[in-house]
Amino acid sequence: MAEIRLEGVRKSYGGNTVLSGLSLDVRHGECFTLLGPSGCGKTVLLRLIAGFEKPDAGSIRIGDRRVSDTAASVNVPPNERGLGVVFQDYAVWPHMSVFDNIAYPLKLAGVDGRALRTRVMEAVAQVNLGGLESRLPSQLSGGQQQRVALARALVAKPALLLLDEPLCNLDANLREEMRFEIKELQRNLGITILYVTHDQEIALAISDRLAIMDEQGGIRQIGPPAEVFERPADRYVFRFMGLANFLPVRRTADGLFVGGSDQPFPWPPPGGEGARWLAGFRPSDVRVARDGGGLACRVKRASFLGAMIDYLIEVEGSLFRTQVETHEALARGLVLGEAEPCRAAFQGIHWFEDRETREGR
Amino acid sequence: MGRGSGGGGVGIAGVMLSLSVGILVVVVAVPVLIIFFNALWVAGRFNVADMVKVLSEPDTYRALLNSLFIASGVTLMSTLIGTFFAWLVTRTDLPLKATMKVLFLVPFMLPSFIGALAWKMLLSPRAGYINRFFMDVLGFDGPVFDIYSFAGIMGVETMYLFPFVFIQVCGALERMDPTLEESARISGASLFTITRKITIPLVMPSILSGALLIMLYSMAHFGTVAVLGIETGIFNIPTLIYEKIHQSAGSFKSIRTGTVLATVLVVTAAVIMYIQSKVLSRGRYQIIAGKSFRPLEIKLRGLRVPILCLCIGYIAFTILLPSITIFLVGGLKTYGLPFTSENLTLANYKYILFDWKLTRDAIWNSLSLGLAAALITMFAGVMISYVIVKMKVRGKGILEFLGMLPFSVPGSVIALGVILTWSGKYGINIYNTVWIILVAYIARYMAFSLKANSAALEQVHDSLVEAARASGATMGQALRDILLPLVRPGMLAAFFLIFLPALRELTVSVLLYGPTTRTIGVAIYTLNEDGETVYSAALAGVALLIIVTGQTIIGRFTRAVK
Repeated sequence: MAEIRLEGVRKSYGGNTVLSGLSLDVRHGECFTLLGPSGCGKTVLLRLIAGFEKPDAGSIRIGDRRVSDTAASVNVPPNERGLGVVFQDYAVWPHMSVFDNIAYPLKLAGVDGRALRTRVMEAVAQVNLGGLESRLPSQLSGGQQQRVALARALVAKPALLLLDEPLCNLDANLREEMRFEIKELQRNLGITILYVTHDQEIALAISDRLAIMDEQGGIRQIGPPAEVFERPADRYVFRFMGLANFLPVRRTADGLFVGGSDQPFPWPPPGGEGARWLAGFRPSDVRVARDGGGLACRVKRASFLGAMIDYLIEVEGSLFRTQVETHEALARGLVLGEAEPCRAAFQGIHWFEDRETREGR
Repeated sequence: MGRGSGGGGVGIAGVMLSLSVGILVVVVAVPVLIIFFNALWVAGRFNVADMVKVLSEPDTYRALLNSLFIASGVTLMSTLIGTFFAWLVTRTDLPLKATMKVLFLVPFMLPSFIGALAWKMLLSPRAGYINRFFMDVLGFDGPVFDIYSFAGIMGVETMYLFPFVFIQVCGALERMDPTLEESARISGASLFTITRKITIPLVMPSILSGALLIMLYSMAHFGTVAVLGIETGIFNIPTLIYEKIHQSAGSFKSIRTGTVLATVLVVTAAVIMYIQSKVLSRGRYQIIAGKSFRPLEIKLRGLRVPILCLCIGYIAFTILLPSITIFLVGGLKTYGLPFTSENLTLANYKYILFDWKLTRDAIWNSLSLGLAAALITMFAGVMISYVIVKMKVRGKGILEFLGMLPFSVPGSVIALGVILTWSGKYGINIYNTVWIILVAYIARYMAFSLKANSAALEQVHDSLVEAARASGATMGQALRDILLPLVRPGMLAAFFLIFLPALRELTVSVLLYGPTTRTIGVAIYTLNEDGETVYSAALAGVALLIIVTGQTIIGRFTRAVK
């Protein structure tokens, strides 16, 4: 069993508080992602779980073992926590061959001889590095080094694997491939994975559940990817999950109006009672047309991107972005020039109450 | 995230921290503090007036002025020569530039007191071979040059110190972005104007920094002044300290004068180091990038060959001539005979290498002291550097300061501090044994080791050790299996950076030697003092051979590692 339970974890460096009383549960056997901007404390959280840092307050449990508890002065060193860690910079030992890198955890555990060789070769095969085991890391590509790090973290069969942005130094194709492989390994081995990243695309693709963290080290929302994407808890989460447009909308007794204007906003109203709202929507939630229903807008900027045309559109002093597929734009006569008027309709609007009015898009 | 690898493993980390503090305090801090204490604390009270009194005594006062005067002259000359040669080998079409650049660094290898010895043999007013040639063969009335003079001392020091400026300026000129000069050229500036208005201001920080290093070194320099100055009563601070300690066999008054002089030396050195760090931090222009460019080359045209001859002549005159003199004099049956084949013999070399206990002891002492100091300092250096670079502990700034202190504390000061600390006053008496020299060497060379090891450690990312911890390694295992193998090149560099200078060390050991604990440097120096010039020269020749061989091996070795 390798669920993780954090309670009231606090950590600060000097006067700089990174985590202030954070609590979190990661279930056994799931792939859980901590998603947040850089500097939000997600790496610190991972390092606390690994035991590289000591919390100022709070407790951390891995399985049924208390690995860190300030109240009881418990702090288990990292080598006794029984986990695998993959670092952002791979941290493959440059003076050891691929084989020796992967064998090291087993040697420390007292495995030797034939058993050692068999298990190392198993791990090598698992990450598709067969035939490269006698190479030195300097003779490997970035992706191959990443696999060595992964094999090394997995070889001792830890119940919990911690991954700190392991893919962000790889190029796009390799990143996608490794993403599938990690997911595959997790399913096959049935281990718990805690994955830390700032890349929402990877987080959505790989996680069973994810937590969105903000710059203050707080958790804004926890849930399965589809839920977080479709029902964001707040504006912050909505914005973090992809390119986001926000349109200020005013509610009066007569209905909804765009910004401060008289142009009505003819879509289902928000559930709450407030007067000022932001309509949040993705570029893909916009339907652009030359005329017909929807808001009267004007094209501010048009950029041809090949398969897509990207439009920046102005409506009553606010801007939003959308994209139209090129062949559709050609078929429907939607190749719009700058300053041309157009109509825009929305679907799937997320309503957020607008407390700080000035903060626009 | 470079946040160190705290967390667990408090045990070994704690041990390393306390050991590091312990070593630095005992070996470095205590001797220096005791000197200050002795200088400023008279009869149980803080007393600056007494210090002023000591300083205003004629011989101390004169030594101070001499130190300043010699250092200024040496700095000026070395800076001019060093900058000129650096410019020649980086910015002109001088033939054989690469070879010349290597040759200009050779004086670094030669101990300057051996150079001084050679120049004494060549240019002493009555017996010097060159002076005799002019007087006996060409019929001059008197000597052409008297090496026992300020000019002689400054000249000899300059010959062996100018590489400090040379190497700094070469580096700056090589790294300077040539587009800066090219754009000035496009704007219509002449080459002379470019050099004056663009190039020189840009490399000024490097020139100044090299010049200050030379100033620091020359102020505290013992060997040359000891060999060439004592004859005519020219003392500088280190030679006066030596004189006071030796003449009076450690009386209170002489020790006090020594500590006062040492304090002045330390303060001056600290001021110089401070100015140097200011110069360097201000001068770190963006435009001198880390990349290598192809700089603008000035065509020497008709001057190419004459200037090349000048360079080769300079090298021959300052390196070849003194070295050959040493070897030849070392082979003479009696000092003063002309260099003819019937006067030359290998018997002297055989005698000092195999038969004479004094010189055999000296060679053995230097080898074993060098080896021991290098090994101990290498290992202590790794540990202390680890604490400084990798551990997050409060007060590690103090450790860093203590470790780097010997850079600005001259050798004679360290020796004096070690005498005060380790001659029984505080319970341990190792005076007159090799151990006191070893302790002093460790203090003196610790900074070298810290520099080399810190540089190596900074390249080992924290995550490498953390990955080992996560793999199940204890802190000790992680250090042994991952960190140590990765910093091995830095440790080796530290070893050689200490071993070779220790072999030829004079300044420290001359204050600390006892009847059986002469080092090579001390033996050469004392033999010369006692008038055993040929044996002194023969031993110096052997020392030169050892040094050149050592440097060559290291050169090979470091190239092979790279």
